[in-house]
Amino acid sequence: MIQVENVSKQFTLHNQGGAALEVMRGAQLSVAPGECVALVGASGAGKSTLMRMIYGNYLAASGAIRVGALDVVTARPREIIALRREVLGYVSQFLRVVPRVPTRDVVAEPLLALGRPAGEARARAEALLARLNIPPALWELSPLTFSGGEQQRVNIARGFAHEYPALLLDEPTASLDAANRGTVLALIEEAKARGAAIVGIFHDEEARARVCDREVDVSGFAPGAS
Amino acid sequence: MTPLLEVRDLTKRYGPRIGCADVTFELWPGEVLGIVGESGSGKSTLLSCLAGHLAPDTGSVVYDTRANGARDTLTMSEPERRMLGRTDWAFVHQNPRDGLRMNVSAGGNVGERLMAVGARHYGNIRATASDWLGRVEIADERIDDRPSAFSGGMQQRLQIARNLVTGPRLVFMDEPTGGLDVSVQARLLDLIRALVRDLGLSAIIVTHDLAVVRLLADRLMVMKSGRVVEEGLTDQVLDDPQHAYTQLLVSSVLHV
Amino acid sequence: MTDMSQDYNFAYLDEQTKRMIRRALLKAVAIPGYQVPFASREMPMPYGWGTGGVQVTAACLTPEDRLKVIDQGADDTTNAVSIRKFFERTADVAVTEATSEASIIQTRHRIPEQALSEEQILVYQVPIPEPLRFLEPRESETRKMHALEEYGLMHVKLYEDIAKNGHIATAFAYPVKVEGRYVMDPSPIPKFDNPKMDDCPALQLFGAGREQRIYAVPPFTKVVSLDFEDHPFEAGRAAHDCALCGAGDSYLDEVIIDDEGGRMFVCSDTDHCRTRREAGHTGALGVPEAFA
Repeated sequence: MIQVENVSKQFTLHNQGGAALEVMRGAQLSVAPGECVALVGASGAGKSTLMRMIYGNYLAASGAIRVGALDVVTARPREIIALRREVLGYVSQFLRVVPRVPTRDVVAEPLLALGRPAGEARARAEALLARLNIPPALWELSPLTFSGGEQQRVNIARGFAHEYPALLLDEPTASLDAANRGTVLALIEEAKARGAAIVGIFHDEEARARVCDREVDVSGFAPGAS
Repeated sequence: MTPLLEVRDLTKRYGPRIGCADVTFELWPGEVLGIVGESGSGKSTLLSCLAGHLAPDTGSVVYDTRANGARDTLTMSEPERRMLGRTDWAFVHQNPRDGLRMNVSAGGNVGERLMAVGARHYGNIRATASDWLGRVEIADERIDDRPSAFSGGMQQRLQIARNLVTGPRLVFMDEPTGGLDVSVQARLLDLIRALVRDLGLSAIIVTHDLAVVRLLADRLMVMKSGRVVEEGLTDQVLDDPQHAYTQLLVSSVLHV
Repeated sequence: MTDMSQDYNFAYLDEQTKRMIRRALLKAVAIPGYQVPFASREMPMPYGWGTGGVQVTAACLTPEDRLKVIDQGADDTTNAVSIRKFFERTADVAVTEATSEASIIQTRHRIPEQALSEEQILVYQVPIPEPLRFLEPRESETRKMHALEEYGLMHVKLYEDIAKNGHIATAFAYPVKVEGRYVMDPSPIPKFDNPKMDDCPALQLFGAGREQRIYAVPPFTKVVSLDFEDHPFEAGRAAHDCALCGAGDSYLDEVIIDDEGGRMFVCSDTDHCRTRREAGHTGALGVPEAFA
């Protein structure tokens, strides 16, 4: 479902004398449907960079990244937009939403973007919020006023609202208490069970052990490593 | 599927100065394109050329018309272009005073485009106006008030209703949230987003506010000195900018 | 044709100016409802007193014509009297107050009650020729709107009327569409007169002196008052009979007759009223001494 082949990445800092930083070379990764692969490696090794390249958020310098049938490296913007809408979900560590939009609508948004009826989308959003222990009293409020842990759970609910065939999870269990952590891991297991291909970054070793089938150490993709 | 708008080598000069030069891009149905750049970068000139308010020196702007398929809007007759401008296109000005008739009631402002395409039943026109005021969150009891009695945010929402009432497929927006309080901005952004999504609109939004394009635009074009220096997926351009100017632009944003 | 030994050139204007105006008139007749620019001259009367109408009349007059001049329907008000005197003196033409006897009628803000004939010309004095101006002040834009037949804005004005008053409250200068093409300001005649413009046998000419515009409605031209399907045009008049002649179908003026708020309604067309009274018709107040 997700195929990363020989991908490299460099940043050119034009405003700092044109310094070119090569951060990755020869990255390889393959994730099958129903499989969860953890990216591991020291901080700064490029876990997030690789994940962002898969999402199309960072431009790969070379190589191919196939999600389903689409090569994200060469795809046109509108193809990536369609991919993100239908196929590829992403739970980042940060919640980025329009201020003042109620939490329920934030979570329902991915379904509305797919053209699902508003009632169905909201019902699904409410079910997820309830499961992640966000009290109904907060559903009408903007998540921007919430605590870090609550924002994280809203972000997860949003990421799981649509049943994406491929999912990228960046620290989904960070800053969660045991009960909520359990819920998130259950959500991941359910996604695997329905055949989703998942790439995750987990600092939480227990969580990694519970949901991940394999680990890929991105340190191996550092330019000096090979 | 075909592009809704195909722009090729669009150039506009003001004497020796360049307004915009060699702009080429496609806009597909349902896409929202952001155009960013600092003042004087040519983004407003480009928008005016696209919307037919300004005649470019060279290039073509091919639009997929409902009736006759792909047509170059620069060579079509003026009546056709103006008809397009008040039916299938919409233009939201930064200053609502430029886009509204300030001495005409809110209902009349919304109804004008309907009457322009031949609506002659007062009751139906008023009912449609009332429906649209509701969609942009303006209370029905304000239908007979003039825009001069409205707040800035309401005026901007009224301008949007007035523009969308004929069901256009392409919306041009020039700094739609400029000049508004941040709290009002947020509400307007949410409204525009929902309308674009629910109506399947395509939009071209000119702004210097990177936060606005991040929330509204699928794609981004960065302009400098009249030329497009970088384009791509909005979050990719903002998070992994390739061009020196874009990097400078992104790193210059203040974070609160 | 013209006797140059007079103090003034025939009908005041020099022949070159008349030619220029006639050219504009011919163009106006050829394009019904279209505003033709013309080089309006200074006339020996202030703007707003009919300088446009006077120039059109001067360009149409021949020594054989019989002229009638009315102001709001009356032959005896200052404006009408002074213009009539002006042409008596500068053109030495016959004048009349009888609508049926006149070959040219210059009017301010009325159309005579009596039906006009093919032998007659009706010249309107026009203060503001542009019907779109109140909503679109840019002349460049209104001209374009006329050229491209973009008339939605005219209905916005009527919409505003209904929204504010529950009905179309425009009572004079009510916009019309001429021969299915140009929207035209019929000058500030009451909308009661609008239907008379439609299919009228007489030639109707409009002159706006200050604005330097001439337009025309040729004989037997379709003139339709704009309206909405659910708010159709209504001519409308005061719900009274003329107090002097008893007419129930003429346009009425309201006249205050004492300091106690007493009032009466009389025909605004003085010729029409007199003709009826002479034929024996009498209204509620009979025939007051002053008119007898």
